[in-house]
Amino acid sequence: MNVVRRHALSAALVLTGILGDAIGVGAQVTYERLVGASSEPANWLTYSGNYASHRFSSLEQVNRDNVASLRPVWVHQTGAGGRLETSPLVVDGVMYITQPPATVAALDVKTGRVLWTWSRPMPASLKTIGFPRTNRGLAILGESVFFGTLDAYIVALDRATGSLRWQARVEDNALGYSITAAPLAIDGKVIVGISGGEAGVRGFLDAYDAVSGERLWRTYTVPGPGEPGHETWEGDSWRTGGGATWLTGSYDPDTNLLIWGTGNPAPDWNGDDRKGDNLYTCALVAIDADSGAIEWHFQFTPHDVHDWDANQIPVLVDEVVDGRARKLVALANRNAFYYLLDRTSGEFLLASEYSKQTWARGIDESGRPLLLPDTTPTEEGNLVWPSLQGATNWFSPSFSPKTGLLYVAVREMGSVYFKTEADYEPGKPFMGGGERALAGDEAAGAIRAIDIMTGETKWNFEQHSPPWAGVLSTGGGLVFAGSGEGNFFALDADSGEALWQFQTGGAVRSNPIAFEIEGKQHIAVAAGLSIFVFGL
Amino acid sequence: MIRIPLLLTVALAAIVTTAAAAGAQTSGKVLFDAHCARCHNVGGTGGEGPNLAVPVLRHAPDDESLAAVMRGGIPNTEMPGNFMLGDAEVTSLVTYVRSLGRVEPGSVPGDAASGKSLFDGKGACAVCHIVDGVGGTVGPDLSSVGVLRGTDYLRESLSDPGASVPEKFVNVRAVTRDGTEVEGVRVNEDSFTVQLRDARGRIHSLEKKTLRAFEKKFGESLMPSYEGQLSPSEIDDVVAFLTDLKGER
Repeated sequence: MNVVRRHALSAALVLTGILGDAIGVGAQVTYERLVGASSEPANWLTYSGNYASHRFSSLEQVNRDNVASLRPVWVHQTGAGGRLETSPLVVDGVMYITQPPATVAALDVKTGRVLWTWSRPMPASLKTIGFPRTNRGLAILGESVFFGTLDAYIVALDRATGSLRWQARVEDNALGYSITAAPLAIDGKVIVGISGGEAGVRGFLDAYDAVSGERLWRTYTVPGPGEPGHETWEGDSWRTGGGATWLTGSYDPDTNLLIWGTGNPAPDWNGDDRKGDNLYTCALVAIDADSGAIEWHFQFTPHDVHDWDANQIPVLVDEVVDGRARKLVALANRNAFYYLLDRTSGEFLLASEYSKQTWARGIDESGRPLLLPDTTPTEEGNLVWPSLQGATNWFSPSFSPKTGLLYVAVREMGSVYFKTEADYEPGKPFMGGGERALAGDEAAGAIRAIDIMTGETKWNFEQHSPPWAGVLSTGGGLVFAGSGEGNFFALDADSGEALWQFQTGGAVRSNPIAFEIEGKQHIAVAAGLSIFVFGL
Repeated sequence: MIRIPLLLTVALAAIVTTAAAAGAQTSGKVLFDAHCARCHNVGGTGGEGPNLAVPVLRHAPDDESLAAVMRGGIPNTEMPGNFMLGDAEVTSLVTYVRSLGRVEPGSVPGDAASGKSLFDGKGACAVCHIVDGVGGTVGPDLSSVGVLRGTDYLRESLSDPGASVPEKFVNVRAVTRDGTEVEGVRVNEDSFTVQLRDARGRIHSLEKKTLRAFEKKFGESLMPSYEGQLSPSEIDDVVAFLTDLKGER
């Protein structure tokens, strides 16, 4: 092995000599680089920018004074069908994107020209129950990029050429298991979450060896017989209990804990046959990255019947609380409340309502919601805020260490919730109802700045419609966000004042990133079916 | 093997037959709520996916093409295929989706021919509305209004036009930086800009931050109320005429 490695190293040195500094592929993306991702803002190394999921870039070349001059530098039309929700990675001169249904593309970051693509053909029998055929991004570690597929495989590709290194079946797509989330690469491992909460899957989080593709552990988010929390499920309802792990979580290298959100219990809108709190659905779980053991959990919405998944991005911050330095996790939940917890123990610290809601009187001292009567789905329909898509959803928030504010794209929208019968059949929809969402002028959106320590809203930028796009904040004092009408725009991070906007011509349904091309700051976002890169 | 007594089998068959006779629409609705409503909304009125409560579906002009869309999806769009559905389920779903855009006319007391005369003459409706390619463009095209709207809605639109204004016909007033006042219907809007069409059909593209005033007049319509202008029986006649407009030329 050593011999082979030495030869590879010599070859790499020779190649570097030949290629000069053409494209920097070859420099290893080590775990140490991922831990220190915030300190190399020229690149965007992991889905949310760093393990703490700040989606913050310290770059400040583009700032309040010059953002009005921001212009497109290149556009890459993917030619894909469906919905482009990818959050790119940028590593040493190469941008990596995913596009539906199951393609990875590597682009020259200077021009947008394609370097390679790799696709996994999707079978005609592909099942995507309860969500669009999309993919939200990828992970990088060592010489590989990793992504999950709609037919529930995890794939490792050589990052220089796109050659397949390995692929492994995560679960059976015929049962409704699927992957749309970007994996999270940590020290030697790839962490993979799954979708399928609308098909009555039993949710889990997996870890794979980054080199061999061997599965290292699987932790179910719905406890089986004999496991703590199993008593919160009635009868056999745990077998089809949901709790999907369908977005990328966060990681604390100091405590070696993965902090990961879980989705709705199944069936979504009819909880009659799953009485109880339904742990660990609609919760955050803290999982030891070596053993897969659940160290703590915090459930936001016990016995959810509104599809208020808690998969939103958990944001890790270290702050002083009552004179004591604490490791915290903040989360703007789909259920319209903002939460702050201790991330070493799951201890509840505070909650505040950040968007209109009509289902709870508030949150009690233990973090449990105080329910209002007559707010569950009925056969006739019941109007409740927020809608089943929630006050926010999969698109990312951003935390700026400079302002101490969490920027959240908010959906101000109610739904009439319906309940119907739900009978489980493997690989079929298992939802038990539906919604009629308020639309048009009855719904609206916002970018909202929340004080991460108090939960107080500091400013609000109104949007014409509820957004499906995430937020990026930067060292230049800017917040970038997008709209369903195609606007990609920049706000003042302190005041929320709009400073710049560009009409992309297609709905923005993605998360922006920032990086450098030859020392100059750029911003990228997917809009419509294209990738746009902006610079001064 | 579970043995079911013959009598019970017959009774079960009877129940199943009765349920089938109750109409494919019932099971179609259940299937629709499970498979389609997440994007198209309960009732098919549109949400993440398009509004299906319209007389003509762009990708599915007939039942056969609608069934094909349900099974195979629409390439290069977000509409997925759904191989999980059996033939009987697709048939029920097709029946249900077809029913969404068709409003039962109910009993219409008026005389449609007389209604047409009023529409073109005394009511001067054609000044603002197109029917079968002829008429003005200030208001909505009414060529298919009979399949889109029920008689109660049509009657209300004549007596109280502001009660339910379509999204693309919200009346908007804006005052620009130089004091110019622009009024018209909202053709499109985003968080930063709005596009208006004034009474003369001119498009005004305005940047919101440059406006001194910007007002969306929900509950107001450019259309006058016909209450008092037309007699109750004349309104019945116009409603009868509108109900007959099925978009067929």
